[in-house]
Amino acid sequence: MSFQPTAALEAEIDELMSHYPQQKRSASLMLLHAVQEHCGYISRDAAEWVAKKLELQPINIWELVTFYPMLRQAPAGRHQIKVCRTLSCALGGSHKLYDHFCTKLGMDAHKHGLQTTPDGKFSIEFVECLASCGTPPVMMCNEEFHEGVTPQKADAIMGGCK
Amino acid sequence: MPQEFRLILKDADQPGYTPDMECYVRHGGYEALKKSVATAPRELPDGKKMTAQEVIRDEVLKSGLRGRGGAGFSAGLKWSFVDRKSGKPIYLICNADESEPGTFKDRQIIHKDPHQLIEGMIISCWANDVKLAYIYIRGEFPEGARILNRALEEARAKGFLGKNILGTGYDLDIWVHRGAGAYICGEETGLIESLEGKRAYPRIKPPYFPAVLGLYMCPTIVNNVETLCHVKHIVTMGSAEYAKLGTPNNTGTRIVSLSGDVKRPGYYEIEVGKATLGELINDPAFGGGLLDGRKLKAIIPGGSSSKVLKAGEVFKLNRKGADGQMTKVDVPLLDLPYDFDSLQQAGTMSGSSAVIVIDDSRDIVECLANIADFYAHESCGQCTPCREGSLWMSKALHRMTHGQGRKQDADYLLNIAQNIQGRTICAFGEGCAWPVLSFVKKFKEDFEAKGAADEAKHGAIAPQKAAVNPND
Repeated sequence: MSFQPTAALEAEIDELMSHYPQQKRSASLMLLHAVQEHCGYISRDAAEWVAKKLELQPINIWELVTFYPMLRQAPAGRHQIKVCRTLSCALGGSHKLYDHFCTKLGMDAHKHGLQTTPDGKFSIEFVECLASCGTPPVMMCNEEFHEGVTPQKADAIMGGCK
Repeated sequence: MPQEFRLILKDADQPGYTPDMECYVRHGGYEALKKSVATAPRELPDGKKMTAQEVIRDEVLKSGLRGRGGAGFSAGLKWSFVDRKSGKPIYLICNADESEPGTFKDRQIIHKDPHQLIEGMIISCWANDVKLAYIYIRGEFPEGARILNRALEEARAKGFLGKNILGTGYDLDIWVHRGAGAYICGEETGLIESLEGKRAYPRIKPPYFPAVLGLYMCPTIVNNVETLCHVKHIVTMGSAEYAKLGTPNNTGTRIVSLSGDVKRPGYYEIEVGKATLGELINDPAFGGGLLDGRKLKAIIPGGSSSKVLKAGEVFKLNRKGADGQMTKVDVPLLDLPYDFDSLQQAGTMSGSSAVIVIDDSRDIVECLANIADFYAHESCGQCTPCREGSLWMSKALHRMTHGQGRKQDADYLLNIAQNIQGRTICAFGEGCAWPVLSFVKKFKEDFEAKGAADEAKHGAIAPQKAAVNPND
């Protein structure tokens, strides 16, 4: 097994596991979040490592990676732009916003799923409701949330990404 | 004139109000917890005694509090179903997986006033002998999770959490658990599976009622964020005072998330039933009306799973007359009081209290196509009718919004939806069938006209195989 967590990640994982005194398996989602935050995605090796840590079979972890939309099996761009697609944002202009990003980044607005720029700087995808329907269109850039995103605001957000 | 009545969000938007412990305590925070643990046992007329915990549970039951997550079930009754004789530990989970399209109320509480939620949780845990509780927060709220973690740390440092809380000998821990982008985790048994580290496949009821066989097959309470906050206020005010808010059987306040085609979308806390749908949309205190020159077309009254209401509809509601007799009264759509029972009688539901307004500039078929895409994406895939049906509906609607409609598509959609509802393990089946059933039935002419127009253009050709592409 080639996955070697850093000391910091392993310490974080041990702390997270202490939150589930009844069953280790409960910690699996939190561990996968931690791995993804450190490595950018969850490799097969990382999933196997998590399974071993939790005394589970690898499939018990891999079936989570393939089920939960936020967990990635391959790296994404350094800055991940997620535009809300669902009704209230669609009424509030999310498709225009998405097209704007795609044009600026040279991506295909009609392609399904996550797209990453060749330099690995940006990823863009449509996601389902981000729970801020009163201030459409909304988006996330990595962990930062933005609301009422006009094309000008979108450009400023992209400009702020180094 | 209807007005906002802020109970839960009383402080949250005040200038200078911050989500930290010091600010919360300055605004009277954690006094309700102190009051709860100091509650005296109650002597009943028949000589029996109620413990302090039972007194709090009884207060919540008497308050009439109904769940704010979607089902609107009595919170006190839910608590009363908990199996306390099994000897197993009891767990409490706060459902902070706010993901019903149109809903953004819990986000406000979590981000602006996290201690209110935590205090409500501690009181609820104490009243139900819970020693370990979790906040299941959706993965897309990383900032919310950080805020809650910080607030929980502060509560531990102050002795409101951890060992021997406030010197009572009671121990409690609360941890934040993050979801990872799956809508189905909002369904309580799916949430429990997810918290057990599995795919969020909902469990079948019976036998898996969380109150008996929940987390780790132990009795478990799952309550929404807003519901748990109300517990704090019930303790502070007393159930009798609390029940004076709102309307009979629809007590307290409720945060309505208003979005779509109104001038002032946003969240508005009202006394339940004290404002009508029309007031929520048109009153300057709330939505401020439609955009200039537009007319109302439809209202989705309780999140995208609720059945749509069409402009101009009139409903027959049970009303108590002056003589105390129940009579059926005609109530037009915009005069519907926004509460649990009125919307149910109108054939829909207040769900997660998310009102989405659609005006006449919108293509109703496209609106439904958007919703159907959501459900096709979010079906967990456990039950065949839902897994396949949600995708079929989405594909058919995708065709219709891309110039390949057919006259019979309306009936085709109805047929699929009817074969999903009632045939699945969880309520997601209804959640994806109801919008299709109601949109197509109430706007059938729009759907048929679209199909007929496409056929006139291309002839009644067999439609091309359409892949669902949510980006189109």
